[in-house]
Amino acid sequence: MNFWLELILKLVVILGFVLTGALVVIYAELKAGSHMQSRIGPYYAGGRWGWAQPLADGLKFLQKEDLAPAAADRTVYRLAPYVVMMSTIAVFVVIPFGPDMVGRDLDLGIYFVLAISSLSVLGILMAGWSSANKYSLIGGLRAAAQLIAYELPLVLVSAAVVIQAGTMSLNGIVAAQAQTWFTIGGVDISAPFLIKGQIVGFIIFMIASVAELSRIPFDMPIAESELTMGYLTEYSGIRFTMFFLGEYASMIALSAIAATLYLGGYAVPGVSGDILNIIGPGVMLLKISLLVFLFIWIRWTWPRLREDQLQHLAWRWLIPISLANIAVISIFKVVF
Amino acid sequence: MSKRIAFPFPGLFKGMWLTLKTMVKRAPVTMYPDVKEIPVPRARGVISLDVDACTVCMLCARECPDWCIYIEGHKEEQPSSKPGGKPRARATLDRFDIDYSLCMYCGICVEVCPFDALFWSPEYEYSEDNVSDLLHNKEKLTDWLATVPEAPGLEPS
Repeated sequence: MNFWLELILKLVVILGFVLTGALVVIYAELKAGSHMQSRIGPYYAGGRWGWAQPLADGLKFLQKEDLAPAAADRTVYRLAPYVVMMSTIAVFVVIPFGPDMVGRDLDLGIYFVLAISSLSVLGILMAGWSSANKYSLIGGLRAAAQLIAYELPLVLVSAAVVIQAGTMSLNGIVAAQAQTWFTIGGVDISAPFLIKGQIVGFIIFMIASVAELSRIPFDMPIAESELTMGYLTEYSGIRFTMFFLGEYASMIALSAIAATLYLGGYAVPGVSGDILNIIGPGVMLLKISLLVFLFIWIRWTWPRLREDQLQHLAWRWLIPISLANIAVISIFKVVF
Repeated sequence: MSKRIAFPFPGLFKGMWLTLKTMVKRAPVTMYPDVKEIPVPRARGVISLDVDACTVCMLCARECPDWCIYIEGHKEEQPSSKPGGKPRARATLDRFDIDYSLCMYCGICVEVCPFDALFWSPEYEYSEDNVSDLLHNKEKLTDWLATVPEAPGLEPS
Protein backbone atom coordinates (compact mmCIF):
# COMPACT_ATOMS: atom_id res chain seq x y z
CA MET A 1 0.00 0.00 0.00
CA ASN A 2 1.03 3.57 -0.59
CA PHE A 3 2.90 4.89 2.45
CA TRP A 4 0.95 8.14 2.71
CA LEU A 5 -2.41 6.46 2.23
CA GLU A 6 -1.56 3.98 4.98
CA LEU A 7 -0.41 6.78 7.27
CA ILE A 8 -3.61 8.78 6.76
CA LEU A 9 -5.74 5.68 7.28
CA LYS A 10 -3.96 4.86 10.53
CA LEU A 11 -4.25 8.46 11.72
CA VAL A 12 -7.98 8.54 11.04
CA VAL A 13 -8.56 5.19 12.76
CA ILE A 14 -6.53 6.14 15.83
CA LEU A 15 -8.11 9.60 16.12
CA GLY A 16 -11.58 8.16 15.68
CA PHE A 17 -10.91 5.45 18.25
CA VAL A 18 -9.48 7.90 20.79
CA LEU A 19 -12.29 10.45 20.48
CA THR A 20 -15.21 8.02 20.42
CA GLY A 21 -13.53 6.00 23.17
CA ALA A 22 -13.20 9.12 25.31
CA LEU A 23 -16.88 9.96 24.79
CA VAL A 24 -17.92 6.41 25.69
CA VAL A 25 -15.78 6.51 28.84
CA ILE A 26 -17.27 9.89 29.83
CA TYR A 27 -20.75 8.40 29.41
CA ALA A 28 -19.75 5.32 31.40
CA GLU A 29 -18.40 7.52 34.16
CA LEU A 30 -21.59 9.62 34.29
CA LYS A 31 -23.80 6.54 34.42
CA ALA A 32 -21.76 4.29 36.71
CA GLY A 33 -20.99 7.16 39.08
CA SER A 34 -24.66 8.09 39.28
CA HIS A 35 -25.76 4.55 40.03
CA MET A 36 -23.05 4.21 42.70
CA GLN A 37 -24.65 7.23 44.38
CA SER A 38 -28.22 5.90 44.07
CA ARG A 39 -28.98 8.29 41.22
CA ILE A 40 -29.91 7.63 37.61
CA GLY A 41 -27.70 10.13 35.84
CA PRO A 42 -28.31 11.34 32.28
CA TYR A 43 -31.66 10.01 31.14
CA TYR A 44 -33.37 12.14 28.50
CA ALA A 45 -30.59 13.28 26.11
CA GLY A 46 -30.76 11.19 22.93
CA GLY A 47 -34.07 9.57 23.76
CA ARG A 48 -32.89 6.55 25.70
CA TRP A 49 -30.69 6.30 28.82
CA GLY A 50 -29.21 9.68 27.97
CA TRP A 51 -26.70 8.19 25.54
CA ALA A 52 -26.17 11.57 23.83
CA GLN A 53 -25.21 13.40 27.03
CA PRO A 54 -21.43 13.55 26.36
CA LEU A 55 -22.13 14.77 22.81
CA ALA A 56 -24.48 17.43 24.14
CA ASP A 57 -21.88 18.50 26.71
CA GLY A 58 -19.25 18.70 24.00
CA LEU A 59 -21.49 20.82 21.77
CA LYS A 60 -22.20 23.12 24.69
CA PHE A 61 -18.48 23.57 25.37
CA LEU A 62 -17.89 24.35 21.67
CA GLN A 63 -20.37 27.21 21.85
CA LYS A 64 -18.63 28.83 24.82
CA GLU A 65 -16.32 31.76 24.34
CA ASP A 66 -12.61 30.88 24.17
CA LEU A 67 -11.31 33.23 26.84
CA ALA A 68 -7.71 34.04 27.69
CA PRO A 69 -6.89 36.15 30.76
CA ALA A 70 -5.45 39.61 30.00
CA ALA A 71 -2.22 38.85 31.88
CA ALA A 72 -1.82 35.39 30.35
CA ASP A 73 1.08 34.41 28.15
CA ARG A 74 -1.12 33.97 25.09
CA THR A 75 1.08 31.69 22.97
CA VAL A 76 1.89 29.24 25.77
CA TYR A 77 -1.66 29.40 27.09
CA ARG A 78 -3.10 28.47 23.69
CA LEU A 79 -0.52 25.75 23.01
CA ALA A 80 -0.86 23.87 26.34
CA PRO A 81 -4.02 21.81 25.52
CA TYR A 82 -2.49 20.65 22.24
CA VAL A 83 0.63 19.39 24.04
CA VAL A 84 -1.49 17.40 26.52
CA MET A 85 -3.76 16.02 23.78
CA MET A 86 -0.83 15.17 21.51
CA SER A 87 1.05 13.26 24.21
CA THR A 88 -2.07 11.20 24.89
CA ILE A 89 -2.89 10.38 21.28
CA ALA A 90 0.73 9.53 20.44
CA VAL A 91 0.62 6.67 22.98
CA PHE A 92 -1.95 4.85 20.83
CA VAL A 93 0.57 4.54 17.99
CA VAL A 94 2.29 1.58 19.64
CA ILE A 95 -0.63 -0.13 21.41
CA PRO A 96 -1.25 -3.48 19.70
CA PHE A 97 -4.83 -4.63 19.12
CA GLY A 98 -3.73 -7.72 17.20
CA PRO A 99 -0.52 -9.15 15.72
CA ASP A 100 -0.85 -6.72 12.78
CA MET A 101 -3.40 -4.32 14.27
CA VAL A 102 -0.86 -1.80 15.52
CA GLY A 103 0.03 1.71 14.38
CA ARG A 104 3.74 0.99 14.39
CA ASP A 105 5.37 -1.83 16.35
CA LEU A 106 8.40 -0.03 17.75
CA ASP A 107 11.24 -2.08 19.23
CA LEU A 108 11.32 0.41 22.10
CA GLY A 109 7.51 0.36 22.47
CA ILE A 110 7.18 0.61 26.25
CA TYR A 111 10.01 3.15 26.41
CA PHE A 112 8.22 5.29 23.82
CA VAL A 113 4.96 5.06 25.79
CA LEU A 114 6.56 6.15 29.07
CA ALA A 115 8.54 8.94 27.40
CA ILE A 116 5.68 10.38 25.37
CA SER A 117 3.12 10.16 28.17
CA SER A 118 5.45 12.15 30.45
CA LEU A 119 5.18 15.00 27.93
CA SER A 120 1.73 15.80 29.30
CA VAL A 121 3.47 17.14 32.43
CA LEU A 122 4.96 19.80 30.19
CA GLY A 123 1.53 20.76 28.86
CA ILE A 124 0.10 20.93 32.38
CA LEU A 125 2.99 23.09 33.62
CA MET A 126 2.54 25.34 30.57
CA ALA A 127 -1.15 25.69 31.36
CA GLY A 128 -0.50 26.39 35.04
CA TRP A 129 2.21 28.95 34.46
CA SER A 130 0.74 30.83 31.52
CA SER A 131 -2.71 31.35 33.07
CA ALA A 132 -1.39 34.16 35.33
CA ASN A 133 -3.49 32.82 38.18
CA LYS A 134 -2.29 31.62 41.55
CA TYR A 135 -4.66 28.65 41.61
CA SER A 136 -3.46 27.58 38.17
CA LEU A 137 0.19 27.94 39.17
CA ILE A 138 -0.19 25.96 42.40
CA GLY A 139 -2.21 23.34 40.56
CA GLY A 140 0.38 23.09 37.78
CA LEU A 141 3.24 22.74 40.27
CA ARG A 142 1.35 20.13 42.29
CA ALA A 143 0.62 18.24 39.07
CA ALA A 144 4.28 18.35 38.09
CA ALA A 145 5.44 17.14 41.53
CA GLN A 146 2.84 14.37 41.50
CA LEU A 147 3.45 13.21 37.93
CA ILE A 148 7.20 13.05 38.49
CA ALA A 149 6.74 11.16 41.77
CA TYR A 150 4.40 8.60 40.22
CA GLU A 151 6.23 8.34 36.90
CA LEU A 152 9.08 6.62 38.78
CA PRO A 153 7.14 3.59 40.11
CA LEU A 154 5.43 3.37 36.72
CA VAL A 155 8.79 3.13 34.96
CA LEU A 156 10.22 0.74 37.55
CA VAL A 157 7.36 -1.77 37.44
CA SER A 158 7.35 -1.59 33.63
CA ALA A 159 11.05 -2.38 33.76
CA ALA A 160 10.22 -5.53 35.73
CA VAL A 161 7.85 -6.59 32.96
CA VAL A 162 10.51 -5.82 30.34
CA ILE A 163 12.98 -8.01 32.27
CA GLN A 164 10.52 -10.89 32.43
CA ALA A 165 9.49 -10.59 28.77
CA GLY A 166 12.99 -9.90 27.50
CA THR A 167 11.75 -7.28 25.05
CA MET A 168 10.55 -3.68 25.04
CA SER A 169 8.24 -4.08 22.06
CA LEU A 170 4.61 -4.21 23.17
CA ASN A 171 3.86 -6.88 20.57
CA GLY A 172 6.80 -8.86 21.93
CA ILE A 173 5.48 -8.53 25.48
CA VAL A 174 2.11 -9.90 24.35
CA ALA A 175 3.86 -12.75 22.52
CA ALA A 176 5.86 -13.56 25.67
CA GLN A 177 2.61 -13.93 27.59
CA ALA A 178 1.02 -16.05 24.85
CA GLN A 179 3.81 -18.61 24.68
CA THR A 180 3.58 -21.87 26.56
CA TRP A 181 4.32 -21.57 30.26
CA PHE A 182 4.12 -25.27 31.12
CA THR A 183 2.35 -28.34 29.78
CA ILE A 184 -0.08 -30.53 31.69
CA GLY A 185 -1.07 -33.77 30.01
CA GLY A 186 -0.27 -32.49 26.54
CA VAL A 187 -2.26 -29.25 27.03
CA ASP A 188 -0.15 -26.11 26.69
CA ILE A 189 -0.92 -23.61 29.43
CA SER A 190 -0.05 -19.94 28.88
CA ALA A 191 -0.70 -17.20 31.40
CA PRO A 192 -0.49 -13.42 31.49
CA PHE A 193 2.24 -11.77 33.55
CA LEU A 194 -0.31 -10.92 36.24
CA ILE A 195 -0.41 -14.61 37.15
CA LYS A 196 3.28 -15.20 36.41
CA GLY A 197 4.40 -13.30 39.50
CA GLN A 198 3.69 -9.67 38.55
CA ILE A 199 0.74 -9.15 40.92
CA VAL A 200 2.64 -6.58 43.00
CA GLY A 201 3.76 -4.83 39.83
CA PHE A 202 0.18 -4.71 38.55
CA ILE A 203 -1.14 -3.16 41.77
CA ILE A 204 1.61 -0.53 41.76
CA PHE A 205 1.02 0.14 38.06
CA MET A 206 -2.69 0.75 38.68
CA ILE A 207 -2.05 3.03 41.70
CA ALA A 208 0.52 5.02 39.73
CA SER A 209 -1.83 5.19 36.73
CA VAL A 210 -4.60 6.72 38.83
CA ALA A 211 -2.07 9.27 40.09
CA GLU A 212 -0.82 9.95 36.54
CA LEU A 213 -4.41 10.66 35.53
CA SER A 214 -4.84 13.06 38.49
CA ARG A 215 -8.08 11.31 39.35
CA ILE A 216 -9.54 10.81 42.81
CA PRO A 217 -7.95 9.70 45.19
CA PHE A 218 -4.95 11.50 43.72
CA ASP A 219 -6.60 14.63 42.33
CA MET A 220 -4.75 17.22 44.44
CA PRO A 221 -3.74 19.25 41.31
CA ILE A 222 -7.38 20.07 40.60
CA ALA A 223 -8.77 19.78 44.15
CA GLU A 224 -11.89 21.94 43.83
CA SER A 225 -12.19 22.82 47.50
CA GLU A 226 -8.75 24.42 47.65
CA LEU A 227 -7.68 25.22 44.07
CA THR A 228 -10.99 25.83 42.23
CA MET A 229 -9.94 23.68 39.28
CA GLY A 230 -6.13 23.84 39.46
CA TYR A 231 -4.41 24.37 36.15
CA LEU A 232 -7.77 24.22 34.33
CA THR A 233 -9.19 27.23 36.20
CA GLU A 234 -8.86 29.77 33.38
CA TYR A 235 -9.66 27.46 30.47
CA SER A 236 -13.01 27.56 28.74
CA GLY A 237 -14.64 26.41 25.53
CA ILE A 238 -12.77 24.22 23.10
CA ARG A 239 -9.49 24.29 25.03
CA PHE A 240 -11.15 23.02 28.21
CA THR A 241 -12.81 20.32 26.12
CA MET A 242 -9.41 19.24 24.86
CA PHE A 243 -8.03 18.89 28.39
CA PHE A 244 -11.18 17.01 29.36
CA LEU A 245 -11.10 14.63 26.40
CA GLY A 246 -7.36 14.23 26.92
CA GLU A 247 -7.92 13.08 30.50
CA TYR A 248 -10.38 10.40 29.44
CA ALA A 249 -8.31 9.39 26.40
CA SER A 250 -5.27 8.89 28.62
CA MET A 251 -7.44 6.78 30.91
CA ILE A 252 -8.01 4.47 27.92
CA ALA A 253 -4.32 4.65 26.99
CA LEU A 254 -3.11 3.68 30.47
CA SER A 255 -5.70 0.89 30.69
CA ALA A 256 -4.54 -0.38 27.30
CA ILE A 257 -0.92 -0.38 28.46
CA ALA A 258 -1.81 -2.14 31.71
CA ALA A 259 -3.83 -4.70 29.73
CA THR A 260 -0.88 -5.27 27.40
CA LEU A 261 1.75 -5.52 30.13
CA TYR A 262 -0.13 -7.57 32.70
CA LEU A 263 -3.33 -9.06 31.29
CA GLY A 264 -1.97 -10.57 28.11
CA GLY A 265 -3.14 -7.89 25.68
CA TYR A 266 -4.98 -9.26 22.66
CA ALA A 267 -3.72 -12.81 23.22
CA VAL A 268 -6.26 -15.61 23.65
CA PRO A 269 -4.98 -19.02 24.81
CA GLY A 270 -5.06 -21.55 22.00
CA VAL A 271 -5.66 -19.02 19.22
CA SER A 272 -2.94 -17.80 16.92
CA GLY A 273 -2.35 -16.32 13.48
CA ASP A 274 -4.88 -14.43 11.40
CA ILE A 275 -7.90 -15.20 13.59
CA LEU A 276 -6.20 -13.23 16.35
CA ASN A 277 -6.27 -10.16 14.10
CA ILE A 278 -10.06 -10.42 14.04
CA ILE A 279 -10.89 -11.33 17.64
CA GLY A 280 -7.83 -9.58 19.11
CA PRO A 281 -9.32 -6.07 19.14
CA GLY A 282 -12.46 -7.36 20.85
CA VAL A 283 -10.43 -9.12 23.56
CA MET A 284 -8.30 -6.02 24.02
CA LEU A 285 -11.36 -3.74 24.26
CA LEU A 286 -12.86 -6.06 26.87
CA LYS A 287 -9.71 -5.88 29.01
CA ILE A 288 -9.51 -2.10 28.54
CA SER A 289 -13.12 -1.61 29.62
CA LEU A 290 -12.58 -3.78 32.70
CA LEU A 291 -9.64 -1.61 33.77
CA VAL A 292 -11.48 1.63 32.90
CA PHE A 293 -14.36 0.45 35.07
CA LEU A 294 -11.86 -0.13 37.88
CA PHE A 295 -10.68 3.50 37.51
CA ILE A 296 -14.28 4.77 37.60
CA TRP A 297 -15.12 2.53 40.55
CA ILE A 298 -12.16 3.81 42.57
CA ARG A 299 -12.99 7.42 41.71
CA TRP A 300 -16.53 7.17 43.07
CA THR A 301 -15.53 5.28 46.23
CA TRP A 302 -12.40 6.61 47.83
CA PRO A 303 -11.70 10.01 49.37
CA ARG A 304 -8.88 12.29 48.28
CA LEU A 305 -5.38 12.03 49.76
CA ARG A 306 -3.71 15.10 51.27
CA GLU A 307 -0.78 16.48 49.28
CA ASP A 308 1.91 15.26 51.72
CA GLN A 309 0.27 11.83 52.09
CA LEU A 310 0.31 11.56 48.32
CA GLN A 311 4.04 12.22 48.10
CA HIS A 312 4.62 9.97 51.12
CA LEU A 313 2.87 7.07 49.38
CA ALA A 314 4.97 7.43 46.23
CA TRP A 315 8.43 8.00 47.69
CA ARG A 316 8.30 5.86 50.84
CA TRP A 317 6.22 2.95 49.62
CA LEU A 318 5.72 2.57 45.89
CA ILE A 319 9.28 3.31 44.74
CA PRO A 320 11.04 1.01 47.28
CA ILE A 321 8.51 -1.77 46.64
CA SER A 322 8.89 -1.49 42.88
CA LEU A 323 12.69 -1.59 43.24
CA ALA A 324 12.38 -4.76 45.33
CA ASN A 325 9.96 -6.06 42.69
CA ILE A 326 12.62 -5.60 39.99
CA ALA A 327 15.16 -7.47 42.14
CA VAL A 328 12.79 -10.37 42.80
CA ILE A 329 11.72 -10.65 39.15
CA SER A 330 15.36 -10.54 37.99
CA ILE A 331 16.32 -13.31 40.41
CA PHE A 332 13.44 -15.50 39.24
CA LYS A 333 14.32 -14.75 35.61
CA VAL A 334 17.92 -15.85 36.17
CA VAL A 335 17.13 -18.88 38.34
CA PHE A 336 14.32 -20.39 36.25
CA MET B 1 6.00 16.75 60.68
CA SER B 2 3.07 15.19 59.04
CA LYS B 3 1.28 12.26 60.57
CA ARG B 4 1.92 8.94 58.91
CA ILE B 5 -1.02 7.28 57.28
CA ALA B 6 -1.96 3.85 58.52
CA PHE B 7 -2.85 1.44 55.74
CA PRO B 8 -6.64 1.48 55.76
CA PHE B 9 -6.95 -2.21 55.13
CA PRO B 10 -10.48 -3.51 55.29
CA GLY B 11 -11.99 -0.04 54.97
CA LEU B 12 -10.96 0.64 51.38
CA PHE B 13 -12.43 -2.62 50.16
CA LYS B 14 -15.57 -2.33 52.27
CA GLY B 15 -16.16 0.95 50.46
CA MET B 16 -15.59 -0.66 47.07
CA TRP B 17 -18.05 -3.42 47.93
CA LEU B 18 -20.64 -0.88 49.06
CA THR B 19 -20.46 1.20 45.87
CA LEU B 20 -20.65 -1.95 43.75
CA LYS B 21 -23.73 -3.13 45.63
CA THR B 22 -25.34 0.29 45.31
CA MET B 23 -24.60 0.37 41.59
CA VAL B 24 -26.48 -2.83 40.78
CA LYS B 25 -29.39 -1.93 43.02
CA ARG B 26 -32.32 0.01 41.58
CA ALA B 27 -31.94 3.72 42.28
CA PRO B 28 -34.86 4.93 44.42
CA VAL B 29 -35.69 7.76 42.03
CA THR B 30 -39.09 9.16 41.06
CA MET B 31 -38.90 10.13 37.37
CA TYR B 32 -40.45 13.48 38.19
CA PRO B 33 -42.13 15.06 35.17
CA ASP B 34 -43.44 11.64 34.07
CA VAL B 35 -44.31 10.40 37.54
CA LYS B 36 -45.59 13.01 39.97
CA GLU B 37 -44.07 13.06 43.41
CA ILE B 38 -46.82 13.09 46.04
CA PRO B 39 -45.76 15.24 48.96
CA VAL B 40 -46.96 14.63 52.50
CA PRO B 41 -50.14 16.60 53.34
CA ARG B 42 -48.29 19.00 55.63
CA ALA B 43 -45.49 19.75 53.16
CA ARG B 44 -44.65 23.45 52.80
CA GLY B 45 -45.33 23.97 49.11
CA VAL B 46 -47.12 27.26 48.72
CA ILE B 47 -49.00 29.67 51.03
CA SER B 48 -52.67 30.27 50.35
CA LEU B 49 -54.85 33.12 51.54
CA ASP B 50 -58.40 33.23 52.82
CA VAL B 51 -59.37 36.83 51.89
CA ASP B 52 -62.51 36.85 54.03
CA ALA B 53 -60.57 36.02 57.18
CA CYS B 54 -57.89 38.66 56.65
CA THR B 55 -58.25 41.83 58.71
CA VAL B 56 -55.29 43.71 57.17
CA CYS B 57 -53.50 43.66 60.53
CA MET B 58 -50.11 43.55 58.73
CA LEU B 59 -48.64 41.17 61.31
CA CYS B 60 -47.49 38.72 58.60
CA ALA B 61 -45.89 41.48 56.51
CA ARG B 62 -44.06 42.81 59.57
CA GLU B 63 -42.84 39.42 60.80
CA CYS B 64 -41.69 38.23 57.37
CA PRO B 65 -37.86 37.92 57.55
CA ASP B 66 -37.58 38.42 53.78
CA TRP B 67 -40.11 41.25 53.51
CA CYS B 68 -41.75 39.41 50.66
CA ILE B 69 -45.39 40.13 51.62
CA TYR B 70 -46.96 43.31 50.28
CA ILE B 71 -50.27 44.41 51.82
CA GLU B 72 -52.40 47.45 51.06
CA GLY B 73 -55.86 48.19 52.43
CA HIS B 74 -58.30 50.91 53.30
CA LYS B 75 -61.00 51.57 55.89
CA GLU B 76 -64.62 51.29 54.81
CA GLU B 77 -67.52 52.86 56.70
CA GLN B 78 -70.06 50.23 57.66
CA PRO B 79 -73.48 50.90 59.12
CA SER B 80 -73.93 49.54 62.57
CA SER B 81 -75.49 46.13 62.89
CA LYS B 82 -77.99 47.44 65.47
CA PRO B 83 -80.33 50.35 64.69
CA GLY B 84 -79.14 53.67 66.10
CA GLY B 85 -75.60 52.43 66.63
CA LYS B 86 -72.42 54.14 65.63
CA PRO B 87 -71.14 53.29 62.10
CA ARG B 88 -68.11 51.04 62.20
CA ALA B 89 -64.89 51.27 60.20
CA ARG B 90 -63.92 47.96 58.59
CA ALA B 91 -60.49 47.33 57.07
CA THR B 92 -60.71 46.03 53.50
CA LEU B 93 -57.95 44.29 51.65
CA ASP B 94 -56.83 45.91 48.36
CA ARG B 95 -53.60 44.12 47.71
CA PHE B 96 -52.02 40.99 49.18
CA ASP B 97 -48.98 39.79 47.23
CA ILE B 98 -46.37 37.20 48.19
CA ASP B 99 -43.14 37.31 46.19
CA TYR B 100 -42.10 33.64 45.96
CA SER B 101 -38.77 34.63 44.45
CA LEU B 102 -37.89 36.04 47.88
CA CYS B 103 -39.89 33.75 50.16
CA MET B 104 -37.80 31.28 52.15
CA TYR B 105 -40.74 29.14 53.24
CA CYS B 106 -40.15 29.68 56.95
CA GLY B 107 -43.89 29.79 57.63
CA ILE B 108 -43.70 32.59 60.19
CA CYS B 109 -46.56 34.42 58.45
CA VAL B 110 -48.77 31.34 58.80
CA GLU B 111 -47.78 31.06 62.46
CA VAL B 112 -48.45 34.68 63.41
CA CYS B 113 -51.73 35.18 61.55
CA PRO B 114 -54.23 35.79 64.42
CA PHE B 115 -57.32 35.13 62.26
CA ASP B 116 -56.19 31.96 60.43
CA ALA B 117 -56.16 33.59 57.02
CA LEU B 118 -52.95 31.94 55.79
CA PHE B 119 -52.51 28.20 55.17
CA TRP B 120 -49.80 25.91 53.91
CA SER B 121 -50.61 23.96 50.75
CA PRO B 122 -48.45 21.02 49.55
CA GLU B 123 -48.71 22.21 45.91
CA TYR B 124 -45.25 22.80 44.41
CA GLU B 125 -45.58 23.14 40.63
CA TYR B 126 -45.61 26.89 40.14
CA SER B 127 -42.19 27.60 38.64
CA GLU B 128 -42.11 30.34 35.99
CA ASP B 129 -39.91 31.39 33.09
CA ASN B 130 -39.89 34.96 34.35
CA VAL B 131 -38.95 35.90 37.93
CA SER B 132 -41.60 38.62 38.08
CA ASP B 133 -44.30 36.00 37.53
CA LEU B 134 -43.43 34.52 40.92
CA LEU B 135 -45.22 37.45 42.56
CA HIS B 136 -48.56 35.86 43.40
CA ASN B 137 -51.43 38.31 43.86
CA LYS B 138 -54.54 38.07 46.00
CA GLU B 139 -56.55 36.11 43.41
CA LYS B 140 -53.81 33.60 42.77
CA LEU B 141 -53.21 33.08 46.50
CA THR B 142 -56.95 32.53 46.96
CA ASP B 143 -56.90 29.90 44.22
CA TRP B 144 -54.37 27.86 46.20
CA LEU B 145 -56.94 27.60 49.01
CA ALA B 146 -58.64 24.72 47.18
CA THR B 147 -55.47 22.64 47.50
CA VAL B 148 -55.14 23.05 51.27
CA PRO B 149 -55.68 19.70 52.98
CA GLU B 150 -58.24 19.49 55.74
CA ALA B 151 -56.85 20.33 59.14
CA PRO B 152 -56.60 17.39 61.56
CA GLY B 153 -59.08 17.41 64.40
CA LEU B 154 -58.20 18.97 67.72
CA GLU B 155 -56.67 16.84 70.42
CA PRO B 156 -59.11 15.93 73.20
CA SER B 157 -58.40 18.01 76.26
